[in-house]
Amino acid sequence: MSLISLSLTELRQKLTTKEISAADLVRDVASTIEARNPVLGAYLTWDLDAALKEAETADLTQPLGGLPIAIKDNINVEGQPCTCGSKILAENYTAPYTATAIQNLRQAGAIPFGRLNMDEFAMGSSTENSALGVTRNPAALDRIPGGSSGGSASSVAGGIALAALGSDTGGSIRQPAALCGCVGMKPTYGRVSRFGLIAFASSLDQIGPITRSVADAALLTKHLCGFDPRDSTSLKESVPDFTAVLGRDIKGLRIGLPKEYFIDGLHPDVEASVRKGIAKLEALGAHIEEISLPHTEAGVATYYVLAPAEASANLARFDGVRYGHRSASANDLMEHYLKSRSEGFGPEVKRRILLGTYVLSSGYYDAYYLQAQKARTLIRDDFTKAFEKVDVIVSPTSPTPAHKLGELIGDPLQAYLEDVFTIPANLTGLPAISVPCGTIAHEGANLPVGLQFITKALDEATLFQAAHAFEVG
Amino acid sequence: MSAHSIDIHRVAKLARLELSDDEATHYAAQLHRVLDHMDTLAKLDLSGVEPTSHALPVYDVVRPDEARPGFIQAQALSNAPKSVLDQFQIPKVIE
Repeated sequence: MSLISLSLTELRQKLTTKEISAADLVRDVASTIEARNPVLGAYLTWDLDAALKEAETADLTQPLGGLPIAIKDNINVEGQPCTCGSKILAENYTAPYTATAIQNLRQAGAIPFGRLNMDEFAMGSSTENSALGVTRNPAALDRIPGGSSGGSASSVAGGIALAALGSDTGGSIRQPAALCGCVGMKPTYGRVSRFGLIAFASSLDQIGPITRSVADAALLTKHLCGFDPRDSTSLKESVPDFTAVLGRDIKGLRIGLPKEYFIDGLHPDVEASVRKGIAKLEALGAHIEEISLPHTEAGVATYYVLAPAEASANLARFDGVRYGHRSASANDLMEHYLKSRSEGFGPEVKRRILLGTYVLSSGYYDAYYLQAQKARTLIRDDFTKAFEKVDVIVSPTSPTPAHKLGELIGDPLQAYLEDVFTIPANLTGLPAISVPCGTIAHEGANLPVGLQFITKALDEATLFQAAHAFEVG
Repeated sequence: MSAHSIDIHRVAKLARLELSDDEATHYAAQLHRVLDHMDTLAKLDLSGVEPTSHALPVYDVVRPDEARPGFIQAQALSNAPKSVLDQFQIPKVIE
């Protein structure tokens, strides 16, 4: 039996008792990648020699000692590529430094191994916006894995990674986890340092784990979090042991169902699965009540003003001078910028840079950007009020199961609208997790459905407690 | 028909993107649809509402004014597509 089917805790046991070595584990993961990645397309690159070298010195006494973890290709690991799924960074870029989240994992003994495909600069929900290859959903190979952390979800669900890191700006960890049938967790904004994560929308981006179980997610999250002076939005908060709450029951836990989330666009079979999940939570002793988040409908519009606005500013750094693609055909500086950027960026990135530039431009700033910032306040107030009544909010993660590859290309608005359930946790900074909630028979395939849990800021403990009870219950 | 009209060439220039005529038409049409959806925001009563730029803001972040390790020149230049005399090279800007 391949080691890769075991949980992180089980593998740690085998490592500490010396039944296996860290190098055995790295080799085992590498052989599954070699066998199945040509089909799944989850990894862009992996450096076996570097990982084996790290395995030699891995401190097995540490809590993640010897565990290889796969990394979304927008998180810098010194000496490795970091393409962001973009042509602009696919040539001429080797990470010159290491992200704090990776340093934290390494300090806990883990080995970053393999770089995972993603929508270009994390812009998208299908991984089809990658300039560097197609990633497939292990549950149905003609379907999208979701995105933007599609490589992360595909690798974990497809059994070619033990666990992976993703990043979540509008659902980019939770939605692919839901569509592929694994666990995806976005911590509270500010819990995990963004230093070394290539920025998409700085007020929304957060790194988190994609795993096969809630217990694995809790273990990884514990070691990702922590104050970092190199990220000015990092929170100076102590990090509880999230694994300590696993196994606690949820009797009396107050769970809210936002009535605005059970809407027309929600696929009826997804709704049926989610309702079944909610009945299970009730059977486990939770109190279920309907709540209202009245500004839900404004969420998508708010997000698709703010995120592109921030992106247009963040991506201004790609100027073809300091790193990344440089046009060979430019004659002057302006042409150099225009051509380097236009040759390097793909269509969705251009679309969002144009949108962001427009909403920030003179004459439109008040009508769009300022208006969206105010709407963000209303959305945050909705959640503050809801959490006076309930401990956890539960919803579908995605309104639909995984689309077929190519189905939504050319209809960006429709793709944006499907982020409706995941966006609010980013706008509000709240922690959220997606947990597998059964599968539905759809067009001849059995497709996973995800159930999303959201809690108050910094209350990841309750999030993991509820998600774990649901998973094992 | 969209109520919006973007001067797509002006926006592209501000964004330092070069678009072919076909691309300009294509993106303008897609963005008009997206902006029509953004009109949801205009329907909200936002009078007296404070804007939020960060959901969990952290204010006045300072650190001691002490030297910290940083890139040496070779590291800073390591990804430059073109460099000369230990500096980034750009197209000539002065005749």
